[in-house]
Amino acid sequence: MHVPDGFLDAPTSIATGVVATAAVAVALRGARRELDDRTAPMAGLVAAFVFAAQMINFPVGAGTSGHLLGGALAAVLVGPFTGALCLAVVLLVQGLLFADGGITALGTNITLFSLVAVGAGWLVFRGLQLLLPRRLSSVPVAAGLAGLVSVPVTAVAFVALFAAGGQAPVALEPVLTAMLGWHVLIGVGEALITALVVSSVVAARPDLVHGARPLLATRGLEIRTAGVAA
Amino acid sequence: MGAGHGHRLHYHGHSRIHRAEPHHKILALLGFVLVVVATPRDWFPAYAGFLAVLGVVIAISGVPVGYLLKRLVVEIPFVVFALLMPFIALGPTVEVLGMTLSKPGLLAAWALLAKGTLGVLASLTLAATTEPDDVLRGLQRLRMPELVVQIMGFMIRYLDVVTGELRRMTTAMRSRGCDPRSPRHWPALAKALGALFIRSYERGERIHLAMLSRGYTGRLPS
Repeated sequence: MHVPDGFLDAPTSIATGVVATAAVAVALRGARRELDDRTAPMAGLVAAFVFAAQMINFPVGAGTSGHLLGGALAAVLVGPFTGALCLAVVLLVQGLLFADGGITALGTNITLFSLVAVGAGWLVFRGLQLLLPRRLSSVPVAAGLAGLVSVPVTAVAFVALFAAGGQAPVALEPVLTAMLGWHVLIGVGEALITALVVSSVVAARPDLVHGARPLLATRGLEIRTAGVAA
Repeated sequence: MGAGHGHRLHYHGHSRIHRAEPHHKILALLGFVLVVVATPRDWFPAYAGFLAVLGVVIAISGVPVGYLLKRLVVEIPFVVFALLMPFIALGPTVEVLGMTLSKPGLLAAWALLAKGTLGVLASLTLAATTEPDDVLRGLQRLRMPELVVQIMGFMIRYLDVVTGELRRMTTAMRSRGCDPRSPRHWPALAKALGALFIRSYERGERIHLAMLSRGYTGRLPS
């Protein structure tokens, strides 16, 4: 999914670079609010986690495999701003130290993953939280659906960038259809993994799931004595 | 950190390229790739020139060419895309070995391969000749926001720890008959990832407390 150098022309790369810079600046301010003085160590560790989680490949079919994007997952677990910041740092490290994703395409990659994937994932998650019953068990469901939507939305954003600055005369309609079809499929995998990971964190440490905090705040302390006495 | 110092792409050496200031190297890489991306695709001699420049830099750095070529595998996914290009692009067609290929598509495939490969090769050269700490110092000199550099520093410092933890977890799961690739075992895999997240988060909290107790105020001393 990483866009390499030379995939988009120079003006598009520079324009997305400006967008990405603005997005990172906003994410930095937001993350400071979400994590206060813990920003550096916490965001660093979460970024390391996202990097590790992306190493797990799952089969998509036709012999190829996709990996977790982690946009919706990061947004639900640590909040949209910290999540966007973590993904941007992951992309920066991958580009500079692992040659994965082009240096001039860094702005494009950050725009696609930090802005579009995390943003879309978070918006869907928040929207679903308003619709679904206000219970802890609906958090993983909302997270999964957010993951499902975030992948094809990112693919569409990619096609839009390709239409603006692509380096090949390709009929856009079939590309859009192919990208959408393919990425809905990848999105299903992303949705399942996201929902399962979030549900396992909710089971063990619900307080660590940023998206569950509004629910926890309304919950009173419950003291169960009968079970202990028996 | 059993993996030792440096990162997986670094190639230890003492060449002039290794010793160059990291912020100069990052700027040079960015400038080089931008020029490559902006070069019209049918200026074929220019691409030979770019490759020659890169070849000279690699020769000075003393990094074996095979070492870099082996690591070009990161570009395979988009090589596949480039190879598809002549089949899906529009425009006048040409017959090659009985296949109808699009002429602009062929040109686009060439441009993708040439620009992408030059970009990856240049990035690999930076990664092979620059320690992660130096990359961070370089970014700091280039006025990258301090907080981003700090987050990157923590990420790089704990990358091997966290990935090592995940590797041990998946090894343990495999030895119990789990196949991480099979969707049937995704629940187990997701629980492992959930546990990995909690461990990473709690490690971050412990690190933060340890730093506070040593006088950390939210900024790193310069």
